[in-house]
Amino acid sequence: MATFNFELVSPERVLFSGQVDAVVLPAADGDVTVLSGHAPLMATLKTGFLVITDKPGNGKRVLVRGGFADIGQNSLTVLAQRALPAEELTQEILDKEILQAEMAYDATNDLAAKHAAESAIAQLREAKAALNY
Amino acid sequence: MPSLKDLRNRIASVKATQKITKAMQMVAAAKLRRAQTAAEAARPYAERMSAVLGNLASGITVGPDTPRLLAGTGSDKVQLLVVCTAERGLCGAFNSSIARLARDHANRLLAEGKTVKIICVGKKGYDILRRQFAEQIIEFVDLRAARQIGFEHGDMIAQKVLALFEQGAFDVATLFYSRFQSVISQIPTAQQIVPAQIESAGAASQAVYEYEPDEGEILTTLLPRNLTVQVFRALLENAASEQGARMSAMDSATRNAGEMIKKQTMTYNRSRQAMITKELIEIISGAEAL
Repeated sequence: MATFNFELVSPERVLFSGQVDAVVLPAADGDVTVLSGHAPLMATLKTGFLVITDKPGNGKRVLVRGGFADIGQNSLTVLAQRALPAEELTQEILDKEILQAEMAYDATNDLAAKHAAESAIAQLREAKAALNY
Repeated sequence: MPSLKDLRNRIASVKATQKITKAMQMVAAAKLRRAQTAAEAARPYAERMSAVLGNLASGITVGPDTPRLLAGTGSDKVQLLVVCTAERGLCGAFNSSIARLARDHANRLLAEGKTVKIICVGKKGYDILRRQFAEQIIEFVDLRAARQIGFEHGDMIAQKVLALFEQGAFDVATLFYSRFQSVISQIPTAQQIVPAQIESAGAASQAVYEYEPDEGEILTTLLPRNLTVQVFRALLENAASEQGARMSAMDSATRNAGEMIKKQTMTYNRSRQAMITKELIEIISGAEAL
């Protein structure tokens, strides 16, 4: 399978850099799967899991909270506002993230922002529930 | 001529000072390593961010709909200076060189008849600038409680700047900080952050992009984010520079103390010997007189 270059960068560090088969992005208007040769696209991200497939049948999950994806010619750069690999996730971290999202929800009166915060809370709750299994 | 006891006390006190400066140097060295890795880890994000922004900005033409963070307000009457310095002293010329750069800039702007507003980040810069620009300083951000600079600190300062911009409180914002080049060299830097300075991407990246949601919306979210990233990066560079400056300042202080101890010990030994010789002479001449 054709591969392409993928980079996942958060403000604090580079989380992933290398050749991958496919990446699923939680784009603002719905999930997008990026394969090699994707048309140039720039998308904003919402809160959700980003799935990196670097070998067939091997998916890595990273929780991202907001950010940008820049799909260029055979390369994908994701600038995540916050990014946490699934294996580093714990109950406390998620609780903190949920609290932050709830604070963001309460702090704004803008309908679109409220909606975004609401979906972020739902995603985080889901992630927390999934963690218990 | 100081007495022997005086000399002994003086040597002891210099030795104690030397121990302190030595310890400070070692602490700074350890902190520097951490600050340097943090600054280096943050670089890719800032670089990608400006690349993405460059890509995006090269595709649009400046018009009335362009976000003002990119196009500016069309005036430069009111200037905002964000001056980032350290919270602590004893780091050589680090704080004063940033403050000097900011002061010269402010003086030039004032001479041109522009209005200057200053936000101070860090206590030392505030202390220096307060003397001359007491009326211009509109805010003082204290990061003393923060042990490690996090993204949220950059975000907090950027939000303040953005809120002021939304109110139309200034036209142009410049960020002052010290760029970390090496342990012995930190360069005080002025960087314009509003309107955003965009290095346009090369013609090679002129691919036709699709946008999701749309171009304008992405730009309006990306521009404030870019501001946050620039401030965050400045804070990290500053933290690394501060430790580097402190390390070299404390290193030379330790060396100076060593020199001083050597000189004082020499004087001490000389006067001790002179005293012994004097006493011997007194005894011998006393015995001869008998």
